[in-house]
Amino acid sequence: MITTVFLALNITLIYAAPLIFAALGGIISERSGVINIGLEGMMTIGAFTGACVGYYSQNPWLGFLAAGLAGGTLAVFHAFASITLMGDQTISGTAMNFIGLGMALFLCRLFFDGATMSQPVPNKLPKILSPFIKGTDNMILNSLNTDITVLIALLLAFMMWFILYKTKWGLRIRSVGEHPAAADTLGINVYRIRYICVILSGILAGFGGAARSLAVVSMFTPLVISGQGFIALAAVIFGKWTPQGSVRACLLFGFAQALSVLLGGENARVPSHLLAMLPYVLTLLVLILFVGKSVGPKASGVPYQKGMR
Amino acid sequence: MKRKKFLDSSFAAILLSVLIGFVVGAIIMAVAGYNPVAAYIAMFKGIFSRPKYVTQMIIRSTPLIFTGISVAFAFRVGLFNIGAEGQYIVGAMTAALVGFKLSLPPVIHFFVVIFAAMAASAVWGGFVGLLKAKVGIHEVISCIMLNWIALYLNNFLITLPGIKKPNTEASYEALETAWSVFLQNWKFSDNGRAFLADHPVLGDILLKTDLNYGIFIAVVVAVIAWFILNKTARGYELRAVGYNPNGARFAGIDVQKNVILSMAIAGAIAGLAGALQITGTVPHRISTLSAMENYGFDGISVALIAGLNPLGCVLSGLLFGGLKYGGASIQSEIGAPSEIINIMIGTIVYFMAISNVVKIIARKFKKKAGTGI
Repeated sequence: MITTVFLALNITLIYAAPLIFAALGGIISERSGVINIGLEGMMTIGAFTGACVGYYSQNPWLGFLAAGLAGGTLAVFHAFASITLMGDQTISGTAMNFIGLGMALFLCRLFFDGATMSQPVPNKLPKILSPFIKGTDNMILNSLNTDITVLIALLLAFMMWFILYKTKWGLRIRSVGEHPAAADTLGINVYRIRYICVILSGILAGFGGAARSLAVVSMFTPLVISGQGFIALAAVIFGKWTPQGSVRACLLFGFAQALSVLLGGENARVPSHLLAMLPYVLTLLVLILFVGKSVGPKASGVPYQKGMR
Repeated sequence: MKRKKFLDSSFAAILLSVLIGFVVGAIIMAVAGYNPVAAYIAMFKGIFSRPKYVTQMIIRSTPLIFTGISVAFAFRVGLFNIGAEGQYIVGAMTAALVGFKLSLPPVIHFFVVIFAAMAASAVWGGFVGLLKAKVGIHEVISCIMLNWIALYLNNFLITLPGIKKPNTEASYEALETAWSVFLQNWKFSDNGRAFLADHPVLGDILLKTDLNYGIFIAVVVAVIAWFILNKTARGYELRAVGYNPNGARFAGIDVQKNVILSMAIAGAIAGLAGALQITGTVPHRISTLSAMENYGFDGISVALIAGLNPLGCVLSGLLFGGLKYGGASIQSEIGAPSEIINIMIGTIVYFMAISNVVKIIARKFKKKAGTGI
């Protein structure tokens, strides 16, 4: 029984980590006033870059960093369209999803002999306890030995909470997302803050992609990111645009995933397709029963033009 | 005068975006070491060199036109219908079930199937509107969740006895009485075969493809959606809600009702796409889905490229479907990854996002041409 609990915890965390990265990306971008529905595309290009660099350099950490760089690069285009050119952010984000997926598969075919799948990376990102518990059979210890990405994700979530609510930088970011004109009169550079936040958002989404292709599995496939970016987007709204809320949402989602894994298997009483539905039904139910209305940052989605009120 | 109007119009911006999409695609292919001219020639040959290919392209585009209209319709009411994917699945699912469970005379059976599917997906879409109106749940979340619920519901249904066709991963086929294939009976009759043998072009179109009534219905639906939005009092209310919900409420418009209604209509249109896919094309059944088929997500781009105009969705759906269909030839003929198409579509959508800038460029171009510099 107790081992099952720990196993459930492990699956929850492993499934939630990539979502947390991407959701944090969504939060930082929207808090500064730019909607980023391109998270899915940025995760995909991150997942590919992570696996590709990880495979050729044999160093997963290099892959992980490269993934952030790739996601951030894609985000530069989103930022340019949304901030400098004052374009429609939803449309630009949709474009990011196409370009991210298209680029990832295009490059994958070039680097891996025309296949849309990469070769498995020789080294995955490490697990947190691996150096200490080599070769143990203890199920609990093995369950606690979770991906390092889980730790990084939770740490980043804490950092983002701290920055957003306890520092002047956070106050600036939030003010730019709520009332850019007022922030501008106080001498805050709205454009610069938005650029930084959108690019950070791409970097985080890229990390999220790599957390899947370098930790959850060990390669890039066309389906390694299949909707996680959109689930992360849902987690942003679910968590009412706060890091702590979104982490809770991602954990809930991961937990539902763990339930469906643990309840499934050979002699499951519930049909597997209904179990697979569980995370989505549960999320919807929690929303209806406990969360209800969520209102985003006031200026999110509205391009800012100097002199505008 | 006429020229100035054209260059200022959104149509010019769309054309320019498409052009830029092709240029960016060419640059990327050239950098990757492929000949872009050869690639585009292969693509256009893959679409236009035979009547069969053109027809095939139209058939591929049809569902995208519907999902595009669905997304555009909701967008005009201020709702982001990212759930056309799920509504499509629900439509297809209902159409398949009603298609093989009921036995009715031809034509009547088809209409029963279509209306059942539209009703089911209207409920599916309307539920999103209901959650938004009554509980305040953002439509993006509920749409995303309902997409996956629809997918697994589809897969679950296919496991049930009486639905699953033994030894397959699919349901039974819809009965022929429910089909909407163009001239289905005539084209395989003796008369039809004899006639088509004398007319190779028509034969190529009719005998080698599943040309069906879907595309005609798509045009009709586009016109109706455009008419409702732009020419009726209801459409005025819907657009008012999209433009400024508070203002609309102040003017005495029932915002909640309009939100639910618009999502139900959007759902019905996306569901119609799924239903017509079942009645119109082989294999006339639903199968287990391992991933999203992207009809709904592609519909978002179709709507955006069309500038959210339902009539424009017919054209942008054909463009989108054509690129996807012709893109396969790039891969088979030139060896360049067909995913270049995704990058091109993304680029087109990207430039649609900044179409205000594109319009400025178009105007500058006009100025230069106008003053003779």
